[in-house]
Amino acid sequence: MTPWHAGATAVLLTALLGACEREDRPLRSEPLLNESREQIALSTNSPGPGTPIEYKTGTRGEYEKNAFHVSQGKKLYTWYNCSGCHANGGGGSGPALMDDVWIYGSSVENIAASIREGRPNGMPTFRGKIPEDQIWQIAAYVRALGGFVASDVASARHDQIRSHEGESRLPSPPDRTSSQPGLALPQ
Amino acid sequence: MRGEFRFAAGMTATLLLCSCSGSQSALDPQGPHAQQLASLFWIFTAVSAFVWLAVMGVLLAGLARPVPERPDPLVLAPAVERRRLVIVGGAAVATLLTVVALTALSYLSQRQLFARERAGVTIKVTGYQWWWDVRYENDSPERTFTTANEIYVPVGVPVTVKLAANDVIHSFWVPSLMGKLDLIPGQDNEIQFVASRPGVYRGQCAEFCGWQHAHMGLLVIALPSAEFQAWSEAQRAPATAPADAERQRGADLFASKACVMCHTIRGTSAGSRVGPDLTHFGSRQSIASATLTMSRGNIAAWIIDPQGIKPGVNMPNVSIAPDEIDPLVSYLAGLR
Repeated sequence: MTPWHAGATAVLLTALLGACEREDRPLRSEPLLNESREQIALSTNSPGPGTPIEYKTGTRGEYEKNAFHVSQGKKLYTWYNCSGCHANGGGGSGPALMDDVWIYGSSVENIAASIREGRPNGMPTFRGKIPEDQIWQIAAYVRALGGFVASDVASARHDQIRSHEGESRLPSPPDRTSSQPGLALPQ
Repeated sequence: MRGEFRFAAGMTATLLLCSCSGSQSALDPQGPHAQQLASLFWIFTAVSAFVWLAVMGVLLAGLARPVPERPDPLVLAPAVERRRLVIVGGAAVATLLTVVALTALSYLSQRQLFARERAGVTIKVTGYQWWWDVRYENDSPERTFTTANEIYVPVGVPVTVKLAANDVIHSFWVPSLMGKLDLIPGQDNEIQFVASRPGVYRGQCAEFCGWQHAHMGLLVIALPSAEFQAWSEAQRAPATAPADAERQRGADLFASKACVMCHTIRGTSAGSRVGPDLTHFGSRQSIASATLTMSRGNIAAWIIDPQGIKPGVNMPNVSIAPDEIDPLVSYLAGLR
């Protein structure tokens, strides 16, 4: 094999593998241990000058940048009847998920915490009822509903007939910084 | 050489014969519809075999025949030409007649296969990735009931199966009883069959539908009419409440774990319609879409590691403590 061949092969392999991460489908879910290792602040108030140290497992990127996880989250959103309160993101007896108002923070860790632990005034806790990896998938999909997820990761179509287009066509939220960790409290 | 030849002959015979009988074989028909298809298969096979042998025979005869030297190859002999015309014309007419006859035969069989009788039992089968939802319909709504992956039918009674799908295209095929028909999202298909003899017949999804397509089986269990009535009365009833402490703990675990998010057990608060109905789970012969036989060990294995048994299946691995397995299994196995 000449250096030319080797170079060409390397370029070809890079091109072929470049987009694989977005479509990666883990066959087995995570081991069932890391349920509560995520430590985030549920409030922006903190006594004294320092804020509490947050511990994030880094799971967010794995789910938010993966089209398979986002579309699984979309399926589970229907299966677990999130629409019962939040409709298809537009809100009902629960708050809307596709606008830019995030009562308990818009980061995927905060959304996962809301699903796992519940929130006052109605949001039930799904701890133990939904496996941890599925909670992350649903949280990633909720991010897609808000337009926070890259358009090549968000779903382009729905499983059922809907009047609006898929999440990949949603406009990005007005202020992208609100997607950063930390809490965006209502104005 | 002789040994190799005998081995090859043995292997061929085994391959040819291994699918001729058993609970999932189109060549072992157990009802009139499957009988039609089997007759059609054998007639087509016999005619094709005869044609192939005849062609090969003529070809070999032609190769073996000595070709006489002709004084002048450009001079045509009228008698020989006439004979050739008759032979070629006869072969063409025979081919045409065979094709027309076989087409007519398959058309008539098709008409009989799709002829509808008054159904004794109507069942709605909905295909999911990768299991079958089975709903017994009835004119009075309180007499309908739902089960999964196992279809009980009375012997000798026409059974209408309404086919629907909710995710992707599947295909319903019980070779011993009927031909296949697709389950298509958004389109309602219907097929009818009769089981002539009591027995257990295995069916299989016959349209590739994803990772676990090969493990999307079902059982059709044909029972004498009285036994079928008894079975359907038992299925119509809600689940009985657990009598002992262990099963009660299992019921509590079922209601507080991920199980309740997807499964229904009629008579309890579990009422989700995402996964198979488990009301009379313990009375079934198989679990996980005819993938495993029904036993306590298999139930436990399936609950602990469904992703190891059917990778990609929608049943997730959920966290269950070691001392929670036995109560859960006792509860589920006792749902008879």
